[in-house]
Amino acid sequence: MPALLSSTRRDFLIGSGALFAWAHTPRLARAEGRDPRVLVVVLRGALDGLAVAAPVGDPDWVKLRGDRALVLDGKPPALPLDSFFALNPAMPNLHRLYQAQQATIVHASATPYRDRSHFDGQDVLESGFSKPGSYDSGWLNRALSRLEADGRVNPRGSRAFAVGPVTPLVVRGPAPLMTWMPRQPLPASEDTQARLLDLYVHTDPKLARALEGREDLVALARDGGMDAKPAGAQNPALVGIARVREYAAEVVGSAARYLAQPDGPRVGALSFTGWDTHINEGAASGALAGLLGVLDGAIAAFERNMGAAWSETVVVLITEFGRTARINGTDGTDHGTGTVALLAGGALRGGRVIADWPGLKDTNLYENRDLAATTDLRAVLKGVLKDHLRLDDTVLGNSVFPGSADIKPMPGLLA
Amino acid sequence: MVDDRTREAAFALHRFGLGPRSGSIAAIASDPRGALLAELERPGIGTINNPDLLTSAQASRAGFEAQAARQAKNVLAQRAQKEAERLAAEERQGMSEEAGKMAEPAKPAAAPQVDPAATPERQNFLKEVRARLDAALLPEIGFAERLVWFWSNHFCISRDVVPNMAGGYEREAIRPHILGRFADMLLAVEGHPAMLVYLNNQVSIGPNSVAGINRTRGLNENLAREILELHTLGVRTGYSQTDVFNFAKVLTGWTILPPVDNPEHGAEFVFNARMHEPGPQEVIDKTYPDTGVEQGRAVLADVARNPATATHIATKLARHFAADDPPPALVERLAKTFRDTDGDLKEVTKTLVVSPEPWSSPRDKLKRPSEWAIALSRAVGGRGDPQRFVNGQRALGEPLWQPPAPQGFADTEGAWIDGVGARLDIANNVAQRVAGRVDPGEVLADALGPLASAETRAAVALAETRQQGLVLALMAPEFQRR
Repeated sequence: MPALLSSTRRDFLIGSGALFAWAHTPRLARAEGRDPRVLVVVLRGALDGLAVAAPVGDPDWVKLRGDRALVLDGKPPALPLDSFFALNPAMPNLHRLYQAQQATIVHASATPYRDRSHFDGQDVLESGFSKPGSYDSGWLNRALSRLEADGRVNPRGSRAFAVGPVTPLVVRGPAPLMTWMPRQPLPASEDTQARLLDLYVHTDPKLARALEGREDLVALARDGGMDAKPAGAQNPALVGIARVREYAAEVVGSAARYLAQPDGPRVGALSFTGWDTHINEGAASGALAGLLGVLDGAIAAFERNMGAAWSETVVVLITEFGRTARINGTDGTDHGTGTVALLAGGALRGGRVIADWPGLKDTNLYENRDLAATTDLRAVLKGVLKDHLRLDDTVLGNSVFPGSADIKPMPGLLA
Repeated sequence: MVDDRTREAAFALHRFGLGPRSGSIAAIASDPRGALLAELERPGIGTINNPDLLTSAQASRAGFEAQAARQAKNVLAQRAQKEAERLAAEERQGMSEEAGKMAEPAKPAAAPQVDPAATPERQNFLKEVRARLDAALLPEIGFAERLVWFWSNHFCISRDVVPNMAGGYEREAIRPHILGRFADMLLAVEGHPAMLVYLNNQVSIGPNSVAGINRTRGLNENLAREILELHTLGVRTGYSQTDVFNFAKVLTGWTILPPVDNPEHGAEFVFNARMHEPGPQEVIDKTYPDTGVEQGRAVLADVARNPATATHIATKLARHFAADDPPPALVERLAKTFRDTDGDLKEVTKTLVVSPEPWSSPRDKLKRPSEWAIALSRAVGGRGDPQRFVNGQRALGEPLWQPPAPQGFADTEGAWIDGVGARLDIANNVAQRVAGRVDPGEVLADALGPLASAETRAAVALAETRQQGLVLALMAPEFQRR
């Protein structure tokens, strides 16, 4: 009954899109003459890492996935990364960046979470804590709040920046938010906004903070000569995945335009849903290939719109956990453990797949079902935060990723 | 000095209901608690009996039929175009070269343009939205409707996956049970075609079943996991991966009849014994003999009365009706009623009303976009426009029956507060439409009464225009929170 299951995936994919930014220049990085940018992309639903970067050199790979395995002579053929791994053919832009030493893939990695609940898994991924729980701040927000700033880039102050009305945990925390909505209805007048803000300031500081965030963003867009209402116009001729591709590229591309501005925010985050491929996964040419293509297009749009600032940019793409190594009974994969973290950006020392490969034999698999995790994702994130934004080990181990002092930042990720 | 009962009435209408309409506060001021309890006793409360609405199975079949008809139309149009091109080519061959140049090329037959707003599927959907809006706008309080929304979000499905069944699902599986037994709602939900399709169980096949042996497809864990994690026990309550796996085997065979070529029963629930994994299964320390469909019912009955389920449901109810951080005493009291009454939801709901915490917790629970939007319609006396409501919910990040994942929409402030700017835009649009007939001061008095702060009253009174005054009243913190 494929028609019953089919969906345009339009809002599915960007259901909880959000973007986060910080308007300070990190002092230490600035002292080195750099002006670093970071975008974190949370892929919700548990991305199948084996379908992104396939271990084509592992003798057990094809045994494991059969004709669903991505292979170098497949249709379409996987894109070779090194002698062992190959990239999903739906991601030519990421492949191009990889060849230009501007993309890195960390494989068989995972957060410390070892159960299989999406929501607990996302809490661990985004909060930066080692166990699930009820958290009110995310690691990215805390990282920024601990960064020494070299004065404000933007006189309006330090702000998180969110696209869409639903704020993901990774961006929540002490730093206030700027929000930007694609396709806004007619906005209220500035006078009405000012009066409402005045009312909030006197009666409800939390609402005041939320409303202020949006106003600052509108002003920033105006000051920077940007279209204050980034066009959300969809081309009606496009349908299905093509429309999703256009929309995703627009949303991510708009984020880049903010981050690229000389006095704009420096750090953002954004999330995409839709990776929970329990059924008819279609890694090579089906549903997942379509979504990876959307993501690939969004990365390209981001690169393009960053312009010269791309050389100082790192994009980090992470997910809550991986999926079962084997295909399940409905041609999909169930919730698993180890997966990939993807890094892209001109500031990287890329062109590498980093993996302490655990193997794919039954006894190698975690609980005889999942790709085992041999790299702690926090090491990767710490590596980026340390070498790109210059956060120190103590802050990273205590407040950004609490209780993780024994997880050392991965060295050498940056150029 | 403001009458305490009046304040309590206004409070109850926001915290337990969908916000006051003109006159609501006075209508229940003599006994706010009694009014809430009385609404629960109304015959048929919570249900929608509208003969114009299709059942979920009918709506699903109609959707397939409409899609097939559109496809046939396309095929015909393509054939006609090919025929026209062929004729034109023949004609050109028969003409002199000069005349041929002047001849119009064959016009491509316009492919039939389908207006998505006019499809039968869309019409059905908008009828469902109309019925749901009426259920939210017409009652004096709307407490039962809030319960419907709560349970519908707890047992959510998504139109992304089951595009035509969402309204019918809520009317069939949720509404009849909001004041009944939890176990009955659970059974209605997990056996509903919309849920079986949403969480992939309709294609899950026992590896050792007849179908499993003859075909290459097999088990899918999705439904079994989410029942334990989201619908009943709650995450991290002691069940294991093996429990999920075995429960998935128990549920094999719970599927639906193909929606096409079965005009009577397509898309209805069916237990298909050929897909069912044979043999006993152990789930959470108990072995269930293979009794076919009864095996699944037995597991559901047991997880429904598991104490972890009582705590899970009590926590969510307390979070929804009292505070983001649910008061532990309230959670325990609700859970105890749940356990003592074997999940009688009317008793649990009554416990909620007579407990002190929902009345004493600070009035700072941020309304979800849907709660705010309906309260806004009720405050300005609107009848609600289905299309506009649907668009508004999308803009506010809470598209109707379309949550991003099976855990439903978030129920805490952090997820929603940054959408306040989007709310402002919508308030501004509504105010623009109704400013000609609605007085801001009256709206403030009707909708908040004694809850309005001096600052809010002053801001509304000093507004430059009626529209601006309305925006300030509808965006006031007291109206955003409950």
